[in-house]
Amino acid sequence: MRHKKTGVVTLITAESIRLCMGQTFVEKVLAAKAGRESVQPGEIVTVRPDHVLTHDNTAAIMGKIGPELEEYGIADPQMPLIVIDHVVPAANEKTAANHQRIRQFVQRQGIAHFYDAGEGICHQVVAEKGLALPGQLVLGSDSHTCSYGALNCLATGIDRTEAAALWLTGETWLKVPPSIKMTLTGSLPRGVYAKDLILHIIGQVSASGCSYQTVEFHGELEHLSISDRFTMANMGVEMDSKGAVFPCDRHTRDYLRQAGVRPDSYRPVWADPDAAYAQEHLYDLDQLEPVVAAPHTVDNVRPVGELAGLPIHQCFLGTCTNGRHTDLRIAADILRGEQVHSHTRMVVAPASRAELQKAAADGSLEALLEAGAMVLPPGCGPCLGAHQGVLAPGERCLSTANRNFKGRMGCKEAEIYLASPATVAATALQGAITDPREVLP
Amino acid sequence: MTVWLYGDDVNTDMLFPGKYTYTCSTPEEIRPHLLEELDPSFASRVQRGDIIMAGKNFGCGSSREQPVVGLRAVGIEAIVAKSFARIFYRAAINQGLVLIECPAAVEAYREGDPVEVDAEAGTVRVGEQVFSFPPLPPEILAIREAGGLLPYTWKKLQEKKG
Repeated sequence: MRHKKTGVVTLITAESIRLCMGQTFVEKVLAAKAGRESVQPGEIVTVRPDHVLTHDNTAAIMGKIGPELEEYGIADPQMPLIVIDHVVPAANEKTAANHQRIRQFVQRQGIAHFYDAGEGICHQVVAEKGLALPGQLVLGSDSHTCSYGALNCLATGIDRTEAAALWLTGETWLKVPPSIKMTLTGSLPRGVYAKDLILHIIGQVSASGCSYQTVEFHGELEHLSISDRFTMANMGVEMDSKGAVFPCDRHTRDYLRQAGVRPDSYRPVWADPDAAYAQEHLYDLDQLEPVVAAPHTVDNVRPVGELAGLPIHQCFLGTCTNGRHTDLRIAADILRGEQVHSHTRMVVAPASRAELQKAAADGSLEALLEAGAMVLPPGCGPCLGAHQGVLAPGERCLSTANRNFKGRMGCKEAEIYLASPATVAATALQGAITDPREVLP
Repeated sequence: MTVWLYGDDVNTDMLFPGKYTYTCSTPEEIRPHLLEELDPSFASRVQRGDIIMAGKNFGCGSSREQPVVGLRAVGIEAIVAKSFARIFYRAAINQGLVLIECPAAVEAYREGDPVEVDAEAGTVRVGEQVFSFPPLPPEILAIREAGGLLPYTWKKLQEKKG
């Protein structure tokens, strides 16, 4: 706190007035990670993140700093989280060699947290293993690192080069962002899911509506499970937010206990009631309906009714947004005893081995297979167009993923639509975009 | 010098498709695919000193560094946009690529206008008009001036070692 003293008169600066006010979530976390009492928006601080996530891009990152790794080593072998997930199992010799280099590197450097191909999508695995905790700061060279906001963790994407520098020094700079308060009231109607809610929000604020700001979710959150919160926090980057976070509550503590995390090993952080926000938004969940994001931007959001009847060639259920057991179960309940339409393919890629096992245990997997779905190994699968489930020119895909950019699924003459697992399953049944409320059991 | 003009929400898949993410990482491998989905003529016609002008949210989408590495390697002098997506902005600082957020300059641009950027003075000249933009904070400028984050990191590590 800096008061400018002139003789006996203390000038009250704008800064000191701000300091009398409450702090936001991001201000508290960044202050703690910078070893400061408080920080304010616009300030640049040097921080030590708790973890730095990399995935298949680990090989490229190693390649940037080979000699330096030999000379200086990894600053903290507990800091890197490495998960092979983007092209698994390897699609060709080049990706296989990539994976091989990562495994050798992990051994040589004594990396503590490494998960090989087959374990699942990095963000799901990091959460399941209890490696992103309330009050922590996690940076990752993947834009959907923001997913851990579901667990009250400040998490955001960086590029590969920054991940390399972080391995060597253990620290980086961050600008303290202003925050946006999104208050949710009511509960989601039948047939409307967390995916519809976050798509609705992105449609309203736009793909750049939260640029350089952190989103805090407030209000009646009890109805939103951790899986729902993952879906929402995951898509924070689709409105360009620097993290999208939930408070730590009963759901968070239960989830972490099941992940084997001791309650005394984390410290939840939340905004003060009188914190200052750059924007405030109110969403009444009771008023929502199923929606679809049409090509080629995520904020091109329409009510499902507007697109109903549009023929779909491939339905894709999976990804870090919607590939969990709960998502598979929602789809299975719609498809059980029925058949995927003959003009449509249904591709399922579970978010992790653990989530797939849960779907196997409760019969969801069986129902999806019986209905004619193709089930891929846990991983990113068709989402990024590198392999598996690539689209052909002129084809349309309805996907539970987070991006519908042109060319995203490997073909620039294909169209990608985004929706909830229920809308995807209902569509698989009819072969054309369908409101899930029409087919829900 | 050519000015390449693009619209809003140019995403990383348009700048460098995801399907090449795990097969291309050197500037030579990246170059033929630069802006492939956005402007197929770009990769073969771009020249050193060219400038890109764009709308808001340029570079949104993935944490994909290849477009930044590629644009730096082909010698793009600067990207002037109404706004940039956060991860792309950081990646540009880390690669030493000059990004300028200046909505007024983009609005003022008409096809054929000569564009000149003076990053040190903090000005963009579009035709006869001159627009100014705020300088980068000194901490960040130091990274760009070192030639990017890795050279900056080497320097820091060596200083620490003494």
